[in-house]
Amino acid sequence: MDLHVENLTQRFGFRTVIKETSFVLPAGQSLVITGDNGSGKTTLVRLLCNLLTPTAGTISYRNGKGALEGEDLRGRIGLVGPYLQLYRDLSAIENLAFLARGRGEKPDAQKIRELLEKVGLKGRGKDPLKTYSSGMLQRAKYAAAILHNPDLLILDEPTANLDEAGKEMVLAVVNEQRKKGSLVVATNEAEERTWGEQHVVLA
Amino acid sequence: MLSLLSKGLVVFRKDLRLEFRSLYALNAIGLFAVTTITAVSFSLGPVRLEPNILAALFWVVIFFSAMSGLAHVFIREEEQDTGDMLRLVFPPNAVLVGKWLFNIVLLGGLCLLIIPLFVIMLGAEVGNWPAMLAMTASGVFAMATVSTVIAAIIALSGSRGALFAVMTFPVALPVLMTAIHGTRVALEGGQLADCGNDLKVLFSFTIVIMTVGFLLFETIWRK
Repeated sequence: MDLHVENLTQRFGFRTVIKETSFVLPAGQSLVITGDNGSGKTTLVRLLCNLLTPTAGTISYRNGKGALEGEDLRGRIGLVGPYLQLYRDLSAIENLAFLARGRGEKPDAQKIRELLEKVGLKGRGKDPLKTYSSGMLQRAKYAAAILHNPDLLILDEPTANLDEAGKEMVLAVVNEQRKKGSLVVATNEAEERTWGEQHVVLA
Repeated sequence: MLSLLSKGLVVFRKDLRLEFRSLYALNAIGLFAVTTITAVSFSLGPVRLEPNILAALFWVVIFFSAMSGLAHVFIREEEQDTGDMLRLVFPPNAVLVGKWLFNIVLLGGLCLLIIPLFVIMLGAEVGNWPAMLAMTASGVFAMATVSTVIAAIIALSGSRGALFAVMTFPVALPVLMTAIHGTRVALEGGQLADCGNDLKVLFSFTIVIMTVGFLLFETIWRK
């Protein structure tokens, strides 16, 4: 699916965070969003995920059949971000099963086990998330984001709280996503800036 | 519609599971109800209350219990930053349906606790049980609906706790007045038909508020 952003503006009160930004991300390509702290990277990510309503301008997702909205769109985006939390009183398996049901799928226990192993949470799937470290929580968020094989994976501060093994896991997820879909990364890390063919620099 | 209901049930089951693990809302509304009824019971001694006082007390206990616990179902999502996950995955109205079902079950469960307490501790004599149960069920539906829609509106605001009671009271006033009247009739032994108008008002009110909720929620829920 292609992402079209046209004249996007976001204001909070009198403060303009994003001003008339436009870009197109064709299906299968990757985009890196960079900018100083407070430049609006997270705001742009939240707008792309439909978590915020833009003050002006449009964000549209299109495939061969036309614009994607609502239910059609919800199942195609995966997000990892510091502001996005899973339920800490539920286990990782319960969280993932809940999200699968929310997307109208029957939870596949085998798939969930494999996914947890992939993100480095093997053997911890039944523990409540409140017993996890911050790095383990970040790994669980990756499992939640890729559970439904999204067309577009959006990563905001992708390696926050992760150790070296965690960063390798992220790199594997990123490489896999770049082969089968689109990727948007909001970061200021030098290495992560190389993950995209396109760049948006926010001032 | 079927998808909305089935996804609403997924949210409902998740909230029920979380509630049984934290017991936050159950403790809040249960403790308020038991404390109030016990305090009134001890202060009255052997004195029996008239049906009109009993009916008012019954709904005041339900109203303030609802105020202390029902907003939690939305506020928890914002306080624990899990709201965005719901926004990403679920249609907005499925979230509303799930939270509404949860509040109905919570308030219905509270009534199962306080009706026996009213009979045992306050010596309430129910003249017509079917009418009493019908009034209670309709009132619970209406009160849970009002509380859920207002909780959705205030969840994204700053001073949530104070706003919830302030905003709910004027909207819930018709529910309270109608439910108190119908419950008094039931306590006095009136027939189900005598409560017919009250049941119709509560049913209509529930439908109107829920319709408003469905129309507004998508805008409210998206920041």
